[in-house]
Amino acid sequence: MTTRTLIQAVNDGLRSAMRADDSVLVFGEDVGPKGGVFLATEGLTEEFGEQRCFDTPLSEDGIIGTAVGMAMNGLRPVAEIQFQDFIFPAFDQIVSEAAKLRYRSGGQYSAPMVIRTPYGGGIRGGLYHSQSGEAYFCHTPGLKVVIPSTPADAKGLLLAAIADPDPVLFLEPKALYRTVKGDVPDDDQPVSLSSLRVVRQGSDVTVFCYGAMVPVASGAAEAAAEKGISVNVIDLRTLLPLDEEGVLAEARKTGRVVTVHEAPRFCGYGAEISALIAENAIEYMEAPVRRVAGFDTPFPNTLEHHYIPDQRRVLDAIEEVYNF
Amino acid sequence: MTPISPPEPFTVTTLEGAAAGHDPGLQPDELIHAYRTLLTVRAFDEVCMKLQRSGRIGFSIPNRGIEAVSVGAASALDKSDWIFPSYRDFGMALYHGVRPLEMMHNMFGNGADAAKGRQMSVHFSFVEPLHFVSISSPIGTHLPQAVGAARAFQMRGEDRVCLASFGDGGTSSLGFHSALNFAGVWRAPVIFLCQNNGWAISCPSAKQTASESYAVKAQAYGIEGVLVEGNDLLAVREATRQAVERARSGGGATLIEARTYRMGGHSTSDDPKRYVPAAELEAWECKDPVRWFERYLAGVELWDEGLRERLEAEVMAEVDGAAKEAEQTPAPGLETIFSDVYRDLPTHLRRQGQESFEMAQRLGDPAAGDGAFPL
Ligand SMILES: Cc1ncc(C[n+]2csc(CCOP(=O)(O)OP(=O)(O)O)c2C)c(N)n1
Ligand SMILES: [Mg+2]
Repeated sequence: MTTRTLIQAVNDGLRSAMRADDSVLVFGEDVGPKGGVFLATEGLTEEFGEQRCFDTPLSEDGIIGTAVGMAMNGLRPVAEIQFQDFIFPAFDQIVSEAAKLRYRSGGQYSAPMVIRTPYGGGIRGGLYHSQSGEAYFCHTPGLKVVIPSTPADAKGLLLAAIADPDPVLFLEPKALYRTVKGDVPDDDQPVSLSSLRVVRQGSDVTVFCYGAMVPVASGAAEAAAEKGISVNVIDLRTLLPLDEEGVLAEARKTGRVVTVHEAPRFCGYGAEISALIAENAIEYMEAPVRRVAGFDTPFPNTLEHHYIPDQRRVLDAIEEVYNF
Repeated sequence: MTPISPPEPFTVTTLEGAAAGHDPGLQPDELIHAYRTLLTVRAFDEVCMKLQRSGRIGFSIPNRGIEAVSVGAASALDKSDWIFPSYRDFGMALYHGVRPLEMMHNMFGNGADAAKGRQMSVHFSFVEPLHFVSISSPIGTHLPQAVGAARAFQMRGEDRVCLASFGDGGTSSLGFHSALNFAGVWRAPVIFLCQNNGWAISCPSAKQTASESYAVKAQAYGIEGVLVEGNDLLAVREATRQAVERARSGGGATLIEARTYRMGGHSTSDDPKRYVPAAELEAWECKDPVRWFERYLAGVELWDEGLRERLEAEVMAEVDGAAKEAEQTPAPGLETIFSDVYRDLPTHLRRQGQESFEMAQRLGDPAAGDGAFPL
């Protein structure tokens, strides 16, 4: 075990996958000699050469389109999109191509590849360096969507994503890149996709969250404990395909549920969790599911701290469902 | 196949400042205005760098080295024309009379900012004194928009043009292809100004294109292409003037590649020492666009050291004062999160707004981050 930040763990995961398999390639804008604008790929060009870790022209469409071609022809591309906000020129390649290739070819072709990209707010990046776009992608059959919140998961889930036979969108909470530290196994221990992580056991209220909202929810759970409310905090880790049985079991356990994400509320991931519970576990519920989310507005700049759910907003929701 | 030798960029003045009888088409006071604008851009840069280093603003984009491109190009436009700028075009706004204070309000994201503090710094938007269209971060998205706006001028028979500015990296975007293609087909009155400053963050041009130049790409779209020395202000002005004339007279679009060099980091968060060769910086230092223009002005007897000192002090006082005032200006109100999403506030946003007011009243304001932007 070594103590690493989340971004160092991403770097460890990439390095380890590249050492294990020559077909793993890392590319994107500024990922080469500079090592990425957040330094996720630092040192990879040095160790593996420009054939395996390289800069591309400034075209997300080109990055993902070429990744699809590489993936169908025996390579394992791990493409970086500099900010999730800039993924949209590649939306077509992801949604129409990578995600549908296996299905539309009757299983003859597939695109095993990983798209890594930092998402989320908290860095005063305004409209276009802060968004949480997971819902757009969770509406895309054929794609997997993964979001780590700890260094160990960042490495373990990334290794699993690279080994996965299908395209995986790997969303990295940039607000946590350097703010969370934790023990990371030195050897390769992939973390199964579609598995939940129990962050904290509790019996009164279950909070479902992921990414940068995990520490926020944990802080709220801590504060709730001081008020005598026992909160069960669940990190979903893989949004698609979701461990539905796991979610239902955790919901039934407390009968009171709060979902938390930074993305806008409307058609956000919390709605899916809420619907899943309403359809399958309504008889266990003691209170309506409460969603804490970003507002249904573009992401602001100066007032971003009002937009991003914080501990107080989550605690408020916990108390509300608890006292219902 | 015979290799095509790279063409030399078009210049008007020699490095020593001689312009061999060239008529810049600017009166002495206009030449001094252009010079003063260069100095204002430089002062604005310098002040923003200090503000960022002392943690008072989160982010800025240095313009050092490329000032003559934006000022030279802007000088060939009328106030009735529209600019679709990139984030490295301080000079275009300033040349046409946007005040440093208005720009500083954006840098601080305060309540007096035209965009109500919603955008990151350097993402300006103005409708007065000319249309300087709201800057978007996603690279290249504004290029087809400039063609559409130009088509509107064309349809209404108006004698106006659009100028869209972008970097060498921007030529790789989808928007670049669509825009040049549409502009060619429509003979749209639009000027594409590619500021080739050698870098797209840490990627040199060789990683961006295998073409001998960016200007040559125009050929494939059936529009004019010009390669110009970007640090020669009068050359950029002349190339833009000709392109504007072509656009106004129905001759269609032009792609101008202004070759220049980014004399610093991509942004205040970037460390260029990690990847920019020192020798290249040195080679471009002697082509500093401000000094170059000074030599031209001296040659036509409009400049001496005294003028520089006087103007530098003047613009620095103005920019400094603007920064102080913007810093004192209160942040935008909570309602600005919810307004302007649509023209009319929908019910669900009214409700979310009310909930957030109520929460701020009950629990106080949430903690703000330090605003340090990592890129
Ligand atoms: C679509 C998109 N992808 C990536 C980015 C991140 N990014 C911001 S600036 C930049 C480099 C731009 O280089 P260039 O076009 O040459 O302009 P310059 O900064 O040199 O003026 C990149 C990659 C972005 N803003 N938009
Ligand atoms: Mg550039």
